[in-house]
Amino acid sequence: MFETLHRYRYHYLMLLPGLILGGMFVFYPIFAACYYAMHDWSGFNSDKVFVGMGNFVKLFTDPIFWDAFQRALIFLLGTVPLQMTISLVLAVLLNNQLLKMSTYFRTMIFLPVVTPVAVIGIIWTFLLSPFNGPVNGLLLDLGLISRPVDFLGSTDTVMPSVIGVYVWKWLGITMIYWLAALQTVPDDVYDSAKLDRCRGAKLVWYIVLPIVLPFAVAITLISAVGALNVFPLIMSMTNGGPFFASEVMEIFIYRTAFATGDGSIPRLGYAAAAGVFFGFVVLSLTIGQAIATRRARAGAKEIRS
Amino acid sequence: MRSRLSPLRIVYGDHRANWRIGLVSAFLTVICLIWIYPFVWMISTSLKSNAEMFSNPGLIPQSWATENYARAWTEAHMGSYFFNTLIVTVGSVVIVTTCTSMLGYVLGRYRFPGRNILFFSFVATVFIPQGFTIIPVFELLSRLGLSSNLFGLTIATSGHAMVIFVVLFAGYFAQLPRELEEAARVDGVSFLKIFWYVMLPLARPMVVTVVIMQVLHAWNDFLLPLVVTLANPAIRTLSVGIYAFKGEQFIDWTGMAAAATISIVPIVVLFMLLQRYFINGLAGAVKG
Repeated sequence: MFETLHRYRYHYLMLLPGLILGGMFVFYPIFAACYYAMHDWSGFNSDKVFVGMGNFVKLFTDPIFWDAFQRALIFLLGTVPLQMTISLVLAVLLNNQLLKMSTYFRTMIFLPVVTPVAVIGIIWTFLLSPFNGPVNGLLLDLGLISRPVDFLGSTDTVMPSVIGVYVWKWLGITMIYWLAALQTVPDDVYDSAKLDRCRGAKLVWYIVLPIVLPFAVAITLISAVGALNVFPLIMSMTNGGPFFASEVMEIFIYRTAFATGDGSIPRLGYAAAAGVFFGFVVLSLTIGQAIATRRARAGAKEIRS
Repeated sequence: MRSRLSPLRIVYGDHRANWRIGLVSAFLTVICLIWIYPFVWMISTSLKSNAEMFSNPGLIPQSWATENYARAWTEAHMGSYFFNTLIVTVGSVVIVTTCTSMLGYVLGRYRFPGRNILFFSFVATVFIPQGFTIIPVFELLSRLGLSSNLFGLTIATSGHAMVIFVVLFAGYFAQLPRELEEAARVDGVSFLKIFWYVMLPLARPMVVTVVIMQVLHAWNDFLLPLVVTLANPAIRTLSVGIYAFKGEQFIDWTGMAAAATISIVPIVVLFMLLQRYFINGLAGAVKG
């Protein structure tokens, strides 16, 4: 034991700083969150009372929680397919080597990605505002609507609006992933396709897509996990409102733990339980993806050979 | 260039291709102009007076009201939030790059007792959402007396994002050739010096990637700084600051547009300068 420690002393020494950091902010919180989730705990200065699975039982019968969970799923299903398809189309267009301005297009589409989410949220609140907001102004001028639409203030339009802004914000990054995937398609594939007079949409659909499929699974996963962590955007646009109409999982957790608002006591154990459940949903998504990637990779190898 | 030399093109010429490229370019130009309209609108609004904002819907401001920037910088404290963000960003980049490059190096290149379990732990936690860990992280910071100062915010920002970088570094170091390292060892160079003088310089592309991703993360982070600064507004970052600004001064659109411009200019300039690294770095993350 001591001998091993001595033999690998430098290895362990180099691991140390990172392990302390990871231990404090990654590994410890995971176990601590599971521990808190089994306690009734109202505020950081008060005592914890052990309730076992009580919080989870309450959680599963709490309609507000299920609504938040359901909204997170709606958000996921609303954004990911849109983001994946639009960015793929743009990536295929930009991947054309004869397109001289493709770098400029790429930069412009990528711009929202590097902009802080809170700033995006604020700008779009203005743009979508029913009072003098430019989007409403344009729609009124075009005669598409007769009076301003309160995009973020009405329960019917808030989710589609937030979904739209989210797709705009993150599309650039998905497009970069697609471009990276398209670059792995070997040149001779295009050349032989050209000889067979296979071009345009047919080329993309029958030849390029099957090759980039393994990447599609990874990109979908990254986008899906991103779509579940939408806290900052929704917080800065609507605070989860109006009437909880855009409250997703993390806003539920934040509100229960830190900002009860109406003066009621914070329920930290309950919020931790919601967090743990949310974490397991994400984890199962990840595992499902790992299996899917392995299968897709095996499939793509057959096509290529 | 490949397509220019294809046999069909040599026989038929490429008029048809030119026409199609022109069409695609025009289409993309329109899309991109709409795409960046929010930014143009934001900058334009930040230069209008509050009265002009309502009377002049056009994009060219008439008054060039730079006092919006002065108001945002001092009254809304964007100036001090700017420096808070800078400190957190630079600090967390230094911490994250140091810690994760060493971790990734050892995990990626050596087999020692405990290596597999450690590596697996890092891979397994890559996608843990912030909502899962935020409560214990805040509690830990409070207990250490770091829950309302910049140092606490900096190390917590470093800690949350590090996992993915460890995995990226491990993958990168694992595929570097063995020879250099062995030559150095034969010459009697110590383990730590080999890492610092031989291996780390070789991993420069990955270091750049990690630095850029961490800058993006720290500049954008919201939930953690929001929670940490609840008790101490003086240490707010730009993201939290502008969120608070919206809550306090909802009618001051031009001031907020100026504040928003202030908080995106540094990161956008950085992106324009290092664009190649941003794009390649992110692409590297998905290929691996």
